[in-house]
Amino acid sequence: MNTYYNPEDLKKFGSIGEFQKELADKFFSYYGSVFAEGALTAREKSLIALAVSHTVQCPYCIDAYTTDTLEKGCSEAEMMEAVHVAAAIKGGATLVHGVQMMNKAKDLSM
Amino acid sequence: MKSLKASGHLLSDSASQIKTLHDQVFDKLQLPLFEQKMEAASLYPLKPARTTTMQINVGKMCNQICKHCHVDAGPDRKEIMTRHTMQQCLDKLAASEITTVDLTGGAPEMNPDFRWFVAELTAIGKQVIVRCNLTIIVANPKYHDLPDFFKQHQVEVVSSLPFYNADKTDRQRGKGVFEDSVKALRMLNARGYGVEGSGLILNLVYNPNGAFMPAPQQGLQRQFKKALHDEFGIVFNELFAITNIPVSRYLDYLISSGNYDGYMEKLVNAFNPVAATGVMCRSMVSVGWDGSLYDCDFNQMLDMQFDAAYNHISRYDQELIENREIKTGQHCYGCTAGAGSSCGGNTI
Repeated sequence: MNTYYNPEDLKKFGSIGEFQKELADKFFSYYGSVFAEGALTAREKSLIALAVSHTVQCPYCIDAYTTDTLEKGCSEAEMMEAVHVAAAIKGGATLVHGVQMMNKAKDLSM
Repeated sequence: MKSLKASGHLLSDSASQIKTLHDQVFDKLQLPLFEQKMEAASLYPLKPARTTTMQINVGKMCNQICKHCHVDAGPDRKEIMTRHTMQQCLDKLAASEITTVDLTGGAPEMNPDFRWFVAELTAIGKQVIVRCNLTIIVANPKYHDLPDFFKQHQVEVVSSLPFYNADKTDRQRGKGVFEDSVKALRMLNARGYGVEGSGLILNLVYNPNGAFMPAPQQGLQRQFKKALHDEFGIVFNELFAITNIPVSRYLDYLISSGNYDGYMEKLVNAFNPVAATGVMCRSMVSVGWDGSLYDCDFNQMLDMQFDAAYNHISRYDQELIENREIKTGQHCYGCTAGAGSSCGGNTI
């Protein structure tokens, strides 16, 4: 069955350099640096990436960072809490606009 | 749950395992065979270094039936090393420069001659490592004094604990295993095991709880130390991160869960020539319960025995062994992936 998303394409991510090598090389170098141990541990960064993957709803990223967080020794509870953080921010971002709606509604109303 | 052998499973047969490992994914995904990958890295045939360790599997009997067990061990396995074979090991060890003897199983403590063997090994000056599954210590009153026995003989204890909570541990090793492991670890700590300055070594082994690879062991060790100390007051020395090798029950798990192709591809793509130079088979000899000799415990389970001239402890020949070619197969990708894997954890 053809779908827009093919799990096999994740393995081909590195091939984006075929069409523009210089920018791909810069991106992957930057990507590697971002996820290295730093002020945050690689494990903490992986949990952040898992949460962001859900926010941007990228199935490739969700597959990749579910594996990565498991490999980094995260528990399922930690992984789900990270997803809830993403959900809370997304939900909060929707709801906080409710203030704008309220403001406008009050402006227009007697 | 029965062992694969007791349930008549196809993968309890070593020839079927080797065929499965060789045929399936490598043809389908056109992956290079291990030997080709090693040859490209100028590492084939793999040759031994100096032999420093003899790992002895004293029997396949175990009180646990872990889902990933490469030995297919369990209560229904009756293969046990006899005192006669142990004596043959002692005779060869006494005349060799091997410094360390690593006892494994099954649960090695269930062998009726286990304590005699440990005492004899220490009497000839060998450092003894026991791969203790922890729960055996609390399984029966006759094993409750094992921590004292280990201390008396300055045995180094290496114990599997796949995670620092019950959920993940019990899913891999059986219901109630985590709780019993914590009890046993506290008993070992109470004798000084894992306590700084005691000289009594307690190392833990982490292996992934599924079809994925372990992270570098340093980070995992930090996590384990903090979690076990903060929540349970448990201390230990080092954590060894071990990659699950696609042999026996773990191979069965990979195939039946639909993860086999992806896991093997991942191992192949993570091949690391530096890790390959540090694999344990280069510096150890593995002895089976019946005295037969192998490169490692995994080759042992696949019946990949040494060549006939030196394939039994009674024909142990240091010179022939150190000049052999190590027997390899597609399962070897497990030890050469990423940071490498051995009985002592990462190889780099």
